Amino acid sequence: MSRIECDVAVIGAGPAGLAAAERAKQSGAGRVILLDRDRELGGILNQCIHNGFGLQLLAQELTGPEYAEHFINKTFDSGVETMLNTMVLDVTRDRQIIAINSDEGLMRIDAEAIILAMGARERNRGAVTIPGTRPAGVFTAGAAQRFINMEGYMPGRRVVILGSGDIGLIMARRMTWEGAKVEAVLEILPFPSGLTRNIVQCLDDQGIPLYLSHTVISVKGEERVEGVTVARVDENLKPVPGSEWDIECDTLLLSIGLIPENELSREAGVELDAVTGGPVVTDEMETSVPGIFACGNVVHIHDLVDNVTREAWAAGEGAARLVTGKQPRGATIRTRAGDGIRYVVPHVVHVQNLADRDVRLFMRATHPAENVRVEVVVGDNVLFSKFERVVRPAEMLALTIPAGKISEQAIADAGRRGEEGSKNGPELVVRVTPRDVHKRGGVQA
Amino acid sequence: MAATKRITADVVVIGAGIVGTAIARELSKYELSVVLVEKEADVAFGTTKANTALVHAGYDADPGTLKAKLNVAGNALYPKITQELGVLYKNTGSLVVALDEDQMLHIHELKIRGEKNGVPRLEVIPAERLLELEPHVNPDAVGALWAPTGGITCPWELAIAYTENAVLNGARVLLSSPVIGIDVHEGRVTTVHCPNISIDARFVVNAAGVWADDIERMAGRDDFEVTPRRGEYYLFDKRASRIVARPLFPVPTPFSKGIVVAPTVDGNLLAGPNSVLTGRKDDYATTAPGLAEVLEGARKLIPDLPVREAITNFAGLRAVAEPGGDFIIGVSPGLSNFINAAGIQSPGLTAAPAIAEMVRDILSDVGLELMEKPDFDPIRKRPLRFTELTREEQARMVAEDPKWGHIICRCETVTEAEIVAALHSPVPCTTVDGVKFRTRAGAGRCQGGFCGPRVVAIIARELGIPVEKVTKKGGKSRIVMGPSKEPLLECSCSVEGMEKEVGDDV
Repeated sequence: MSRIECDVAVIGAGPAGLAAAERAKQSGAGRVILLDRDRELGGILNQCIHNGFGLQLLAQELTGPEYAEHFINKTFDSGVETMLNTMVLDVTRDRQIIAINSDEGLMRIDAEAIILAMGARERNRGAVTIPGTRPAGVFTAGAAQRFINMEGYMPGRRVVILGSGDIGLIMARRMTWEGAKVEAVLEILPFPSGLTRNIVQCLDDQGIPLYLSHTVISVKGEERVEGVTVARVDENLKPVPGSEWDIECDTLLLSIGLIPENELSREAGVELDAVTGGPVVTDEMETSVPGIFACGNVVHIHDLVDNVTREAWAAGEGAARLVTGKQPRGATIRTRAGDGIRYVVPHVVHVQNLADRDVRLFMRATHPAENVRVEVVVGDNVLFSKFERVVRPAEMLALTIPAGKISEQAIADAGRRGEEGSKNGPELVVRVTPRDVHKRGGVQA
Repeated sequence: MAATKRITADVVVIGAGIVGTAIARELSKYELSVVLVEKEADVAFGTTKANTALVHAGYDADPGTLKAKLNVAGNALYPKITQELGVLYKNTGSLVVALDEDQMLHIHELKIRGEKNGVPRLEVIPAERLLELEPHVNPDAVGALWAPTGGITCPWELAIAYTENAVLNGARVLLSSPVIGIDVHEGRVTTVHCPNISIDARFVVNAAGVWADDIERMAGRDDFEVTPRRGEYYLFDKRASRIVARPLFPVPTPFSKGIVVAPTVDGNLLAGPNSVLTGRKDDYATTAPGLAEVLEGARKLIPDLPVREAITNFAGLRAVAEPGGDFIIGVSPGLSNFINAAGIQSPGLTAAPAIAEMVRDILSDVGLELMEKPDFDPIRKRPLRFTELTREEQARMVAEDPKWGHIICRCETVTEAEIVAALHSPVPCTTVDGVKFRTRAGAGRCQGGFCGPRVVAIIARELGIPVEKVTKKGGKSRIVMGPSKEPLLECSCSVEGMEKEVGDDV
């Protein structure tokens, strides 16, 4: 087994891994190695040939491969080493990686810092228990996307799509343009899971019906899919008896969510958040295992690649600070999801960082709301807030707390007053408050 | 249509499930020409691929029945058979859990019944010992029957191994070859017809599972009826498997051994089956009420069943024969050379090795001369699996063949080399499910979401067929419809009726 030593090893060369590796290198790390199991850099971006990437970050509307190319070039220019067709088999707590590829065989990589950027996998039929037969023709939307865009084959001709996640919406349009008939998109929730722009461009503009509060209750066909039975669901998401009808189709695509790919993280003993399915991280994007960092969909599911890149930069900088001995020290404060918020990433923030630099928090709303303030509260004090005209669970919220906005003193004061329910000292609570009841000093929504 | 090919055989075995494959392998020990015919595209595609994968101890069946006798006999053969054939088997022991004092009485009856059947070392254990063995079991449990000879195995792996070993010892296998007619002359079966081939046979064994009554009717007899009883299952992620160390049964009902929670030899967790009479022999659909029943039953044994870790659900059919419900093994009345091995419901997997020996003896009784082959090789080498190799062995394999360094299935860590080997094995598979059953590519938590397109490409390349002709499980189960960016061609690529022959030149 060959041995390799490096400062930073990055696992996964999708948008997260690319940006993290480049930024680690630029921020002073020595040898940086970027590993990916696929035959090319860019990860899932390579099969996302639709546009809409980079609007926020690069002020351009790029396709997935173009967005990838931008960061692939930066990665090469920075001097990051890459290893393709390479599968990581194991990651240990003491930052040892076992990897394999056809050319070099088995390798052991000892890294000062590891950045986990393995992305996510798609939730499949088993995860949501769709009864019925098990014929060919049931695909996750991403697998169908790979068949069409990468391999050049049509997975089917008459299609029903379960779930209104972005990949499913994109595939509804894609398959229509390839000559397939998309009969319906069904969403079990009363609101869409995908971005509004995708609902408009991929369904409305193509004349594809979207059925909210509907689901597939049975798959039919022995060899190939012959149809599905669908039904309306009640407020508990249970099918309403009598509401079911059959749709003839040869293909069922599933776009029912992504699951952070944390098999390696688990083996390394990284603590995971039950809500996000990803590692618990600090604002340096460091996990509970010192020296192991994480970013992108492996931490929580993003809807915009721009936010993945931003998060990856934080991870790259964090890893570089570790290997150059510049990690922040001193007190930390935990974040917590308050009213109207499902989760907050990062989970832990260095107080010193709040003073020295902008700190970005990512979060998702629990339900759609209009004209609200997203507030950061410590103790009774609203220390920072931002108006949002609309919040939706489908669209990630990002909140940048400007450097110095939340002082060490404010946190210490809150800690001294010994507030409600917090055993571990003060917390940064993020919550959603209707704008008209908002007053400084904190009014519970 | 091409002219039908005609061949002869000493014995034709109909049905390549666990029973038919065990019989074919048993007969391959002798100087006989043996042909195994199967309607599906691969072996083990019927009941054998969808059952609880248990090696039962044998306390369940009524004393004196074939089920009782062959269960205990089959159980005893498992260590040797699985070792010879390189198949996973774990002698975990098994437990029947009593949740109240009434059920405890039943447990004592089971023990007596088991002892009558000749099951060794049965023991009634108290709740404390049960909890030591299985800490996640329902805390209301009052005791259990401990059967140390119970175990787990992989049914399709065993059927594949039986078939491969039979082929290596001279048997022939015809896949995608449904029997469409049987000729009878003066009380003897003479010829078995498949769409593209007819086989003149001296003896015929009917191991056609849920279709066995239809096969017997083709030969002009109507002695029994197979009434399929569907069982539904949940399969859970490997992460969930630690919750039980051995199969846990509830106290049985008259119809079924009840909903079991069991580890699998591959490291998953399995819960099921329920028991539903279904009018159809191809009714493999799961249902919402059925799956709910499985969860409810499983939670009675393991209240903290990790439901969120479910990775798939499926249904299998028990081949229950009426009248009687017992195995039907013997010469068909009025057909002196036609032997039924029918109605092989649970504990059929456990009994299969013993059924094979019994069928061999029946054949001998009705005139088949059994001359042992001097060069019979009982050993079928277990295919190399990347995950079963040490790091040093893995490194050596990649150095020899770079395909060992190319991981195709990330969930189960299956390499391209393993998939290529399966496609060129002694009983080569041709389908995505066939690859899954041989290598576990696609059997993991993402259920082929990642490796699916890659496996399809490898199958097409290795078999030299267009991608759009690759199927999930034969017939019309094509994975893709054709190239994109081209007018979609009307499909003319059904492989239905296409017969594939194995072992012709061995």
